[in-house]
Amino acid sequence: MKRKFTGILALCLAGTMLAGCSGENGTSGTDGGTEKDKSTVSDSGNKTIKIGIFEPASGDNGASGKQETLGYLYARSVQPTVDIAGETYNIEFETVDNESSTDKASTAASALISKGVSVVLGSYGSAVCIAASDTFKEAKIACIAPTSTNPQVTLGNSHYFRLCFLDPFQGTVLANFAKDRFSAQKAYVLAKLGDDYSVGLATYFKNAFESLGGEVVYETFPEGNSDFTSYFTNAKNANADVFFSPTSLEAAALIVEQAAAQNWEKPLLAGDIWDSNVVTSAVKGKNVDNYITTVYQEGSNPEFDAGFKAWLNANPDMLQNNNGNDDIAASSPMGYDGYFVALEAIKAVGSTDSVAINDALWKVNYNGVTGNIVFDENGDAVRTEAVVKHANTENGSWEFIATQGVTND
Amino acid sequence: MQYLPYILAGISVGGQYALIAIGYTMVYGILRLINFAHGDIFMASGLMLIYLSATLPLFIALPLVLVITVLLGFIIERVAYKPLRDAPRMSVMISAIGVSYLVQNVALYATGGLAKTYPAIPWISDTITLFGSTTKRVTVITPFLTIVLIVALILLIKKTKIGMAMRAVSRDIDTSRLMGIKINNVISITFVIGSFLAAVGSVLYFSNYTAIVPTSGAMPGLKAFVAAVFGGIGSIPGAVIGAFIIGISENIIKSGGSGWTTFSDAFTFVLLIVILAAKPTGLFGEKQIDKV
Repeated sequence: MKRKFTGILALCLAGTMLAGCSGENGTSGTDGGTEKDKSTVSDSGNKTIKIGIFEPASGDNGASGKQETLGYLYARSVQPTVDIAGETYNIEFETVDNESSTDKASTAASALISKGVSVVLGSYGSAVCIAASDTFKEAKIACIAPTSTNPQVTLGNSHYFRLCFLDPFQGTVLANFAKDRFSAQKAYVLAKLGDDYSVGLATYFKNAFESLGGEVVYETFPEGNSDFTSYFTNAKNANADVFFSPTSLEAAALIVEQAAAQNWEKPLLAGDIWDSNVVTSAVKGKNVDNYITTVYQEGSNPEFDAGFKAWLNANPDMLQNNNGNDDIAASSPMGYDGYFVALEAIKAVGSTDSVAINDALWKVNYNGVTGNIVFDENGDAVRTEAVVKHANTENGSWEFIATQGVTND
Repeated sequence: MQYLPYILAGISVGGQYALIAIGYTMVYGILRLINFAHGDIFMASGLMLIYLSATLPLFIALPLVLVITVLLGFIIERVAYKPLRDAPRMSVMISAIGVSYLVQNVALYATGGLAKTYPAIPWISDTITLFGSTTKRVTVITPFLTIVLIVALILLIKKTKIGMAMRAVSRDIDTSRLMGIKINNVISITFVIGSFLAAVGSVLYFSNYTAIVPTSGAMPGLKAFVAAVFGGIGSIPGAVIGAFIIGISENIIKSGGSGWTTFSDAFTFVLLIVILAAKPTGLFGEKQIDKV
C-alpha cells in the first residue's frame, strides 16, 4: 500500500518535470509550427527562410533577452515575409536559450547552425556573443546583436554586427553625465567579476572619469552574491558622490532594493542593461535616485510604441514575457530594428545563402525606429548620442532626462 | 564604529546560514546523507511566498508557506530517499542531486527564469537606524530568532522522547531499529524540522535580499553546507557557530577596502580548507559520536 503511494508520488514528480520541459519551449517563443527543411514549402505555399534567435530566456539576462525576442516577434508580425529574387519567402524563427551563460553559448549556437539558419539575431549580453562568436564564424553565419555593447563582440571579425553604441562610448557618456550634472568628484564603481559587460563598462567609466579629474573607488563582487549592503557601506565610507553599477538585471533588483534600505540618497548610475521595467518596478515607492544611459526612449517613435503595445496586450503570453506590463524596454525596439536590418540584407542579396547575406549586411543603410543604421568598419552601427533616463519612483516608469554626447574636447 | 555595519550584516547573514545549516547537519547526523536539495527547498519556500502573497494576505500566506515547505521536505524524503534506505550511500547522494536539479528546473519553469521580487513583509522589512548605521529590522531580528529556535531545537532533542529516539538513531541506526524505534518516523521528523528551519531562514534571507531566481538557493545552500562542515558535520552547535563565523568573516573581508571584496567567497572556502587541515572533523566534530 505504502509502496503504491510512493510510486504515485514519484510519477507526479516525473510528470511535473515533463511538463516543465514541454512548457519551456512555449515560453521561449519558438515557432512550434513547421519543423521542415529550409527548402521545403510551408502551409501557405511559400518557401521559408530561417532566422536564428540566439537569446537568453533564463539566467542573469533572461528578462532582457525575452524583451529583445519580443522585438523580433513583433517585427515578424508586422512583416512576416520577404521577397527573394522575385519569390515570396515566409520567415521562420529558430529559437535557442543560451541561458545567459558563456558555458552554454556555443552549444546553443551549434543548435541554431544545425537547424540551417541563414542569419542570426542576438544575443542580449555581450559575454554570450563573444563566447559563441567563433562557432558562428566557422559556420559562416552572420549575427546581428541589437544591444551588446562590449567592443570585443565585433572587433576583429567580419560576421558580427551591432546596432547600439559601444561601452567605451557609454562609459564616457556616463562619466561626463556624472561630472556635468552632479559635479561628482568621487565615484564608487561596482562590477560583477567575470562578466565581460560589467567589468568592461566599469573600466571605461573609470578611465573616462579619471581623465576628467575625478577619483574612482573600484570594487567587484563575485557570481551568486546577493548581499550588496557592505558595498554601499564602502561607498559611504569613501564619501563617493555617485554609485555606478553596470550589472545584469538580476543584480539590479537587489542593488536598488539595498540602496533604498541603506539610505543611499546620492545618484545611482547604470548602463543600458538596466533599461527594463524590472528596474522601474523595483524602484517604485523607494527613495532611490537612479539614472541610466540607453538607446531608446518610449515616445520617440509613437507609431512603433502604439503598435507594439497593442500587439503585447493582444497576446497574454507576450505580455507575461514583458514582465507583465506594456512598458517598452529599449531592447524591444532594438530587436525590431535588428529584424529589419536582417531583412534588408536578405532582400539586397536575393538569396538565402548565409555568406552572401553577411556581405550584404556591410552595405545596409536602414532608417529604423531607433535611428539611422549604417555599419562602420568594425560592424558597429554609428551612434553619436545616448539617451539618459531617470527612474520615476512615484509611478514606476522611465522619464527622459537628456541626450548626452561626449563633451570632453 | 566603522566596522559596525559590516558586523551587523555578517551576524544577520550568519543567522540565516545557521538556519539552513541545521537542516544539513541533522540529516547528515541521522542518515549520513548530504541532502543537496536542501538549498533548493530554501529557494522554493521563497518562491512560494511570492506566489501565495499575490492572492492571499500575508498573515495567511506566511504560515501556509511554512506548512507547504515542511510538506515538500517530507515528500522529498518519502519519494526520493526512503526507497533507497538500504541502497549504497552513494545512490542516495545521487538521488539528492537529482532532486536538487528537479526543484531548480520546476522553479525555472514556473518563473520563466526571471528574477521574482520578494514581497515586503510589514515591520520586519522596515528600514531602521542602529548606532548610526542603516539596516533593515530583519537584520536585528535574525540572530535572536535563530538563537531562540536553536535553543528550542536542542531542548527538543535533549528532553523529549522523539529527541531521544533521534539521538539513538544517529548513534546506531540498526540497533535502534532492533530496539523498536520507528526509524522512518524519526527520519521524517528530521526532514520536517530541517525544512521548517529552512523556511524560516528563507523568510529572513529574502526579506533582506529580495530577488529570487531558480539558482538563488545554491550559494546560501553551499555556504550553509560549508558552515556545517566547518563546525563539524552532525553537530548542531557546531553548525550554528560555523555559520556565524562564515557570515561575519565574509562581510568583514568586504570592508577591507579596494581589492579584497573580490575574494569574499574565496575566503570562505580557504577558511574551510585551513580548518579541515588542522582539525579534520571540524570545530566541534568529536571522535565520540554524539550526533544530533
